[in-house]
Amino acid sequence: MSQPLAESAPLRAPLEIEFDYTRSLGPVLSQFMAALAERRILGARGADGRVHAPPFEYDPVSAEPPRELVPVGPEGTVISWSWMPDPLAGQPLAEPFAWALIRLDGADTAMLHAVDAGSAAAMRTGLRVRPRWAARPAGGIRDIACFEPCDGPAGAAEAPAQDTLPAQDIGAERTPGMTIAPVRLRYLHTASPGESAYLRGLAAGRLLGQRCGVCGQVYVPTRGTCPADGVTMTEEVELPETGTVTTFCIVNVGYPGQRVTPPYVAAAVLLDGADIAFQHLVLGCDASEVRMGLRVRAVWGEAGGISHFTPTSEPDALYETYARSL
Amino acid sequence: MSADVAVVGFAQSPCRVREDATTSGVEMLVPIFAEVFRACGLTRRDIGFWCSGSSDYLAGRAFSFVSAVDAIGAVPPAMESHVEMDAAWALYEAWAKVLTGEAEIALAYGFGKSSGAELRRVLALQLDPYLVAPLWPDSVSVAALQARLGLEAGRWTEKDMAEVAARSRAEARSNPDAQVSGSVTAAELLARPYVAEPLRAHDCAPVGDGAAVVIIASAARARELCARPAWISGFAHQVDSGSLGARDLLAVPSAAGAASAARAGSVELAELHAPFSHQELLLREALGLGEGVAVNPSGGALCGNPMFAAGLARIGLAARAVMSGRASRALGHATSGPALQQNLVCVLSGEAS
Repeated sequence: MSQPLAESAPLRAPLEIEFDYTRSLGPVLSQFMAALAERRILGARGADGRVHAPPFEYDPVSAEPPRELVPVGPEGTVISWSWMPDPLAGQPLAEPFAWALIRLDGADTAMLHAVDAGSAAAMRTGLRVRPRWAARPAGGIRDIACFEPCDGPAGAAEAPAQDTLPAQDIGAERTPGMTIAPVRLRYLHTASPGESAYLRGLAAGRLLGQRCGVCGQVYVPTRGTCPADGVTMTEEVELPETGTVTTFCIVNVGYPGQRVTPPYVAAAVLLDGADIAFQHLVLGCDASEVRMGLRVRAVWGEAGGISHFTPTSEPDALYETYARSL
Repeated sequence: MSADVAVVGFAQSPCRVREDATTSGVEMLVPIFAEVFRACGLTRRDIGFWCSGSSDYLAGRAFSFVSAVDAIGAVPPAMESHVEMDAAWALYEAWAKVLTGEAEIALAYGFGKSSGAELRRVLALQLDPYLVAPLWPDSVSVAALQARLGLEAGRWTEKDMAEVAARSRAEARSNPDAQVSGSVTAAELLARPYVAEPLRAHDCAPVGDGAAVVIIASAARARELCARPAWISGFAHQVDSGSLGARDLLAVPSAAGAASAARAGSVELAELHAPFSHQELLLREALGLGEGVAVNPSGGALCGNPMFAAGLARIGLAARAVMSGRASRALGHATSGPALQQNLVCVLSGEAS
């Protein structure tokens, strides 16, 4: 006998998502990032004469583009700060550090960045800081690795000579006008009770569905809630491993990570006794032999779960038997 | 014209860390839809327009709100929309639909499984994608920068912040949906360590999962659905610059502007969406709330802040106060973005205009 769905806790597993945004910088930020690669910082002067650093593309008050880009800093003054005792993945420093709003010399607005101060006791509003440059510029805001405390009073002297970067390193890893922002996110993904029951069933070589108490339709995989009626489904239905191809396509295009060599068939398979088809592979015959109404049987993978479906020797199903599930 | 639409129903799920909940929100939404339909004597087929608020970044999957449509039952097809924001903004869209006559009854819902990822880190993705987000500044650290500006400008003290938290927790004792509640003094809270100096744990909303739903109706329908509808007498939202270092973080012009546009004067009760203690102090001033106004009798977002639902729940709670007769005029506020960047104000009245 099947176990009621509610008796087992939902399945959970880590889910890690990685993608890189490649962004076009536009005219203002292209100049700003190009200057960072040369270890210079630019601000934008607005119609009111105020200098924004980092620069705006359009003035937040007047909506005009900058009048001019002007050098600022590189030193600046902390105007607010908070302490990060346990840095998170991707943040500028792995050891405890301060987040700070830093007004660079010559600017009227502040830049948010990290300050490598060693301890919260070393931080204070008014602290003078200077940028620590990344060893090799990559064409983004992280070409400033972080800021670090320095002794120079505001506006007291010329900015100290910048560490010079060997000419061959300037732009070595950059694409002018573009920046790449990697995103790495980690989740603890929870399957719904319905999904969990389905996955447990697959591991045991069984196909589980659910019948809606309102419309009577049988869904496979189990999904917990009837999408037509918005009610929780509680009646479990065990389904056979045979079904009918309702519709299909032939995949002719290759892509990274593809596990079957094209051409091959992705089909909508309506299990016998179900009302809603689900998508799976149909293998074991030439792609050109797959057709609507083809009868198929599940082929189970070695690791549990269905590897694919393959044709049976039965005659094709009549169109009327699956027309309403298309 | 705006008083022609009223809130007639509200429900929310208890704010908890829900290990059994998916990021699609379906398990949290089905029971509260049933609750609000029962209270209003409605079925899902009476809803002319549905609008949700949620976030793919929080869910860790693309088009996550489409999965939530399972909870609304979309056969026959439903008129449906979505905002990638707190569902208070979904309610604004729903309100516009009813005002324009495209729907008589509309439902807004929000859901968020905040505990599925590291919330404060995920929220870095709402920052400027060129100049700020690549540094991954987390939401707690950004709020802490704002809190320190106020401390050092003499606008508030750490004790003032702790008193907001202590009062909120005391209020939340009568709110079964709250995640955090209890009796604690400001002095006890101040003895605890910083999590992001100058913020302590009590200054930050807890991470919790939840959902909320609000139903609104035109004047023609509202009275038959609710004995005392909460008429929407004003509804507005505004946004400040996204550049954290270029705006005055101790002023909230978008909140003041929204309150003015929504004609928010002389309310008796206000539910403010302040995920950090000092933000309640900023909002009280920006919204012009005097000493006589009951602020966050639910305990507020400091006692339960389900992402993308908490702002809508503030409006629902303010409406509930009007519908129950506890207040004749109440304000619900929602915020979005870092350090109170974007603000929405909804004013609810026991009297139609």
